[in-house]
Amino acid sequence: MIARWPCPGPHGQSEEYAFAFDRGRMVRLLIVPPLFDEANRMRRMLVDAMRLLDEAGVDCFLPDLPGCNESLQEFPAQSLHGWRRAMAQAARHFGASDVLAVRGGALVFPNTLPGLMLEPAKGASILRQMLRARVISAREAGRQEDSSALLEIGRSEGLELAGWRCGASLIAGLETATAQIEGQRILGQSELGGGGLWLRAEPAAAPDQSAALAQIVLAEIAT
Amino acid sequence: MSDTDSTLRAILQDVLGLSAERVTAFNASTGLFGDLPELDSMAVAGLLTEIEDRLDIVIEDDEVDGELLETYGNLLSFLEAKVAEKA
Repeated sequence: MIARWPCPGPHGQSEEYAFAFDRGRMVRLLIVPPLFDEANRMRRMLVDAMRLLDEAGVDCFLPDLPGCNESLQEFPAQSLHGWRRAMAQAARHFGASDVLAVRGGALVFPNTLPGLMLEPAKGASILRQMLRARVISAREAGRQEDSSALLEIGRSEGLELAGWRCGASLIAGLETATAQIEGQRILGQSELGGGGLWLRAEPAAAPDQSAALAQIVLAEIAT
Repeated sequence: MSDTDSTLRAILQDVLGLSAERVTAFNASTGLFGDLPELDSMAVAGLLTEIEDRLDIVIEDDEVDGELLETYGNLLSFLEAKVAEKA
């Protein structure tokens, strides 16, 4: 269930975890998780889909992005470039045959693999939302902050956004990043039914969405 | 019910994970920020970003204040004015 993989980091090689169902089967799906809080909100749905895929004969791997979850790497040292390298390394290590990138995961997935992306997010939208959350919570605390001034600071010094200490390279990367899609199928939330779980204020399970996702992935990677 | 009204209810349903019935029962004086514990600053930011996407409008930082998010009615009338501006 918990697999380890060697991952390049800013201070050399480190070990990272992945939640995995690995029974040495032919079809091996790498799931690249959403970024920041969206990863927590969608994790249960994704893990439930993985259980269904396992039952259907598909090996699947959900690696931690370095600096996130159980990772020992420092978050402020992370960048989109680093996460891209890490996900490519995870794909190699696990021998992934296919990929499912979710939301911001589409900014860092190994695009040489065939597969799908669920509601790919633009880096600029992710950044805008986190800046906005910071401005709103500052206002609640009686401080005035301004998105564009914050962004300016973020670009040169890094910035704490929604509890994440983002380094300058991560901020700069997010500003312009879009999904580098090379033939992977784009999957819309409407195909899963219900509302997007990344929007949810609180993490929740969604068994119907997990089942729909597993079914679509199976149909896509079997063809 | 205006298009903006039904879009806003649909977004709130997604963000808060509420049933359609509960969201249909929202009226102009239903409290939002401050009354709904799940609506913290991160959730509000997500809500506003989703509103911008679905209504194709831009909400400036300085337009977001406590009053705007106090009740469903306040948020809806602000958005209806925004959408009308665009037309």
